[in-house]
Amino acid sequence: MTLATEPDAAAATPVAGPHIIKLAILAVGGQGGGVLSDWIVQAAEQSGYAVQTTSVPGVAQRTGATIYSIEMTPRTERLPVLALMPSPGDVDIVVAAELMEAGRAVMRGLVTPERTTLIASTHRMLAVSEKIVAGNGIADGEAVLATVRSAARRFVGFDMDRIAAEAGTMISASLFGALAGCGALPFERAAFENAIRKGGRGVEASLAAFARAYDRARHADAADAAAEAPASPERRAPSGPQALVARWQALAARAAAFPPAVCDMTMRGLEKVVDFQDLAYGEEYLDRLDAVLRVDGETGGAARDWALSMAAAKHVANAMAYDDVIRVADRKTRAARFARIAREVEAPADAVVQLTEYMHPRGAEVCSMLPAELGRAIEARPRLFALLDRVVNRGRRVRSDSLVWFTVLFGLAGLRRWRRRLLRHQREVAHVDEWLAGALATARRNYPLAVEIVLCRRLIKGYSDTHERGLSKFDRVLGAVPLLVAREDGADWLRRLREAALKDEAGSALDGALRTVHSFAGDGAALAAEEKAD
Amino acid sequence: MAERSFAKEVEKLRLGDGETFHGEGILAITKALLQCGVGYVGGYQGAPISHLMDVLADAQDILAELGVRYEANASEAAAAAMLAASVHYPIRGAVAFKSTVGTNVASDALANLASGGVTGGALVIVGEDYGEGSSIMQERSHAFAMKSQIWLLDPRPNLPSIVKAVEDGFALSEATNTPVMLEVRIRACHLYGAFETKANRRPPLTVREALDNPRRQTDRIVLPPAAFAHEQEKIATRWPAAQAFIKEHGLNEVFGPSAGRVGIILQGGMYNSVVRALQRLGLADLHGDTQVPLYVLNVTYPLVDDEIAAFCQDKDAVLVVEEGQPNYIEQAIGAMLHAGGGTTRVFGKTMLPMAGEYTGQVMLEGVGRFLRAHDPEMLAPEHRAPNRPRGPQPAPELAEIVPQRPPGFCTGCPERPIFAAMKLVEKEHGKRQVAADIGCHLFSILPPFEIGGTTMGYGLGPASNAAFHGGGGKRPISIIGDGGFWHNGLASSVGNAVYNEADGVILIVDNYYSAATGGQDVLSSRAENRSKSTNHPIADAVRGVGVKWVRQIDRTYDVGRMRDTLAEALTTPEKGPKVIVAASECMLNRQRREKPLMAAALKDGKRVVKPRFGVDEDVCTGDHACMRLSGCPSLSVKTLDDPLRDDPVAAIDQSCVGCGNCGEVADAAVLCPSFYRADVIRNPTRLERAMTRLRQRATRALAGWRQRRRLTFAGDAVA
Repeated sequence: MTLATEPDAAAATPVAGPHIIKLAILAVGGQGGGVLSDWIVQAAEQSGYAVQTTSVPGVAQRTGATIYSIEMTPRTERLPVLALMPSPGDVDIVVAAELMEAGRAVMRGLVTPERTTLIASTHRMLAVSEKIVAGNGIADGEAVLATVRSAARRFVGFDMDRIAAEAGTMISASLFGALAGCGALPFERAAFENAIRKGGRGVEASLAAFARAYDRARHADAADAAAEAPASPERRAPSGPQALVARWQALAARAAAFPPAVCDMTMRGLEKVVDFQDLAYGEEYLDRLDAVLRVDGETGGAARDWALSMAAAKHVANAMAYDDVIRVADRKTRAARFARIAREVEAPADAVVQLTEYMHPRGAEVCSMLPAELGRAIEARPRLFALLDRVVNRGRRVRSDSLVWFTVLFGLAGLRRWRRRLLRHQREVAHVDEWLAGALATARRNYPLAVEIVLCRRLIKGYSDTHERGLSKFDRVLGAVPLLVAREDGADWLRRLREAALKDEAGSALDGALRTVHSFAGDGAALAAEEKAD
Repeated sequence: MAERSFAKEVEKLRLGDGETFHGEGILAITKALLQCGVGYVGGYQGAPISHLMDVLADAQDILAELGVRYEANASEAAAAAMLAASVHYPIRGAVAFKSTVGTNVASDALANLASGGVTGGALVIVGEDYGEGSSIMQERSHAFAMKSQIWLLDPRPNLPSIVKAVEDGFALSEATNTPVMLEVRIRACHLYGAFETKANRRPPLTVREALDNPRRQTDRIVLPPAAFAHEQEKIATRWPAAQAFIKEHGLNEVFGPSAGRVGIILQGGMYNSVVRALQRLGLADLHGDTQVPLYVLNVTYPLVDDEIAAFCQDKDAVLVVEEGQPNYIEQAIGAMLHAGGGTTRVFGKTMLPMAGEYTGQVMLEGVGRFLRAHDPEMLAPEHRAPNRPRGPQPAPELAEIVPQRPPGFCTGCPERPIFAAMKLVEKEHGKRQVAADIGCHLFSILPPFEIGGTTMGYGLGPASNAAFHGGGGKRPISIIGDGGFWHNGLASSVGNAVYNEADGVILIVDNYYSAATGGQDVLSSRAENRSKSTNHPIADAVRGVGVKWVRQIDRTYDVGRMRDTLAEALTTPEKGPKVIVAASECMLNRQRREKPLMAAALKDGKRVVKPRFGVDEDVCTGDHACMRLSGCPSLSVKTLDDPLRDDPVAAIDQSCVGCGNCGEVADAAVLCPSFYRADVIRNPTRLERAMTRLRQRATRALAGWRQRRRLTFAGDAVA
């Protein structure tokens, strides 16, 4: 996406200013901000400018936010007096090597609508705080983009990281290209390119990224943005044996008859469960959705955009395609996987790629893979179960590209045929049915709450401990349903509980939220507590 | 071998008379030292001085040609102690370190040095790590100069002024028999600029030559009764000599008109910021020609009374621009003028903030406030009475969205798995009292690890847990890096823990370098260093001082082993300190070392294995448990184009170096099977190629067999 705003034609001319061009670079440690500032110095000196640059590297260099400051002015007999750091409201050009760093530049007041050209790569490099959230902790990039665009006199933004990666170099090269291309500095293109050449390392790749970013910045206009919008992929019919495809088409036709709002999600869900097990399983999925649709229709779902069915189409599919050993083995032995990985790790055609998987099965997983009666029998004998755990509970590094281990995984994936008889499956099915029945029963009393119950399925994810923690959170959140079912704001509270559960791993936010719910709804008496909580 | 090589740049140190040097402040200082005929140099690394030490290390040949001795000192105290060579011998010496932390460590030696005084010029270059980007507590070096009576230079931050300050410093030191401190702020150290060079000078007396003619002078040694005489001498002789020298040689500078109702007295280091404020107020031009008189203190201690009196004469008010607190200079000037019966009013911290960095905005506001109050006619109307608050409009909505980005462990850092293991131990054995030291391991204090409660000084991690070392239900843990260990930790932290039978766990992080300061070698470094003796194992040293329970882990990425060893240390009945040496090479330096070798091997057609990690996105469920045990920059999350999936899934980008942490953590913490390691083998052997072909044929046949018996959806179609 290329975004450029030009309030007036004059903006395209170089900054004249009071003889000093003030430039700040905001980068993240390791992005090559130092290289970029060296290049700018070179280009400026070649163009007859006196230039001064400083930075504060130190430990901030280690993956932290870093600022480089550059000031330049046409060289004369006398030395200029230049500042050592950028000041709010007094910067002509800001180069931000990442979207949130552009936001930080605006927050620090370095970008002003009267004079600052903001050149920013719009890609994201997530901060640790965004990554460790159990749910979705990614900051709202669109909001930042909108703000920074309006904060600058001129904004030149596109994904410069991708341009650099495609050219096999660092983002410093594409940032430099954008800086040159947007014309904010009164130097010839050759001066910029010579600076890169003088640097001497990885020159060709840097020049390639420079050139692409140069052109993008030069011709930055709205047309570009449209060209880059990802085309939404059309849902293609699956391939396979004719008989199966025919049966698929029958199922697809059944899904297509669902209310239009639910149709697309149902198709995706159907694909997921059929891929997980088989066509019969797809039928079970549609049967469940039929039941949901029926209740949904009876409880006024048509007027509510079929919210209940919509949520069910998504979460029933996810619940039915649970993450068991068979599924993992299946995903890891698909025909397309090896080629995909070779592409992702950028292995050249003549290279050999070896794959190591990190598996850590425990007794519990193995037990759940056994026929239900056998599994239950072992679970019922603690000493036997402990023995089993002792035998299998160990990290296993598995070379999935080797014939032996591939065959083992392939065999495990083949258990799919008998999956319905296995302990894990029976448990999952029982769980789905109980959860869904609860939601449908609730729908008749409190429709929005029923939708929220379905959405709570999101809490169950992961493997082993993580999965158990998710299940326990799910149970605890749904445990509050009886307290909420008679309340108009019940759905709201259940949503809050779910969001709290996603906040931290230990579940302390959930504990707090549950205490609040109990305080006002626990014995139906503490009305005051409710108002306080609000 | 340091993180940054100056091998190319140091050639600039050879520039001769009348040539122009272009480069960083740090390199300019080194060049200035050589121009001054310095006889020996030393110091200890730490921002912003690290690069100076790296420059010196890379310049060893040039130094040797000139007969200059270079020593990488064990600590700042050791560096300051080295200046002892200038006590009896007329040899110029210079040492450099980070301040104020380094000055704290050095202050014992500095005080002794200052008491007896020096014969040869002794220069202490302190890199003032204050303000934005600083990694230490915020204090001033000024107090050290005052308490020991060491003269303090604070030159204007441009290369010619800094170079001149080095020359002036040596001369001042020799003229007054007093060591001189040269304060360079962090930005000045990394300042890129130019100056005209002079030819290097061989020291008139080299340390080698001095050895042949040993000297001593009993009255220069700090021992009563000489020590009492030293104090008198400082006041009666050295101080006035310094003031006379400063005045005579014009070390301080006056700019602007001689007349005026107001003036500004400023530290030299503040000059550019003050001029920028004046430029923005329309009172100075590009070259610093100012309408407001400026008295620039390139020497901030001692102050020259009559220069100040002369500057303040006929002025209604002066503004003292002095960064940091307490406001020693402002107080001194106020007292001086008051005692002299002057009527000039002195303003400083009433116009500018008492604490904190004097940024451009702070300076603009402070200088503007002062001028509006005391000489408003100077200002153009828009500055005299601004209609709207100055400065850009804040963007409050951003503050809520834009995440903080504190520094953290680098991609592939060997310390990450150590703290992942500690997290796992915490889950199993409960939270512990954890004391940290100084170094990269401090990043463990921040999310996602949030381990470590205090940091008391270099090499003092275990020592700072001493109060908890008397035993109790839950054994405490202290962490120390290899840098801190050799700086001070072996004696203060480990040795004394043995002596006091400390019941605690000491985790020594050995990453083969003093990594946080830029990858300088230390005693235990594994590299062969051409001028230093390395490869002295920490475990040997620890055993040598009497530790009985020592475990060496040579691959920190083995999270399971790390976790089990920690658990054992926490539970073993063994008495005395339990020491774990967790060793793996700093990844930043390892990459720097290996990348060129790998590229060369590839070019020569040799077999090269490059590991990288990946995530099967359809196996990852998006609970991000792995992130909470990692924080690696290359391990991130991405949102899938699939409406069935609410949460973004893990993704590993191209910057992955294949350290193994992801897989190890997934295994040790029993997280999930979505990680895989892909070893890309370039120029494989013929056998490997043949085996791979066979394997691929077989596995493809199997996968194909199944694919023909089921439905394949778009995402899984073979391209």
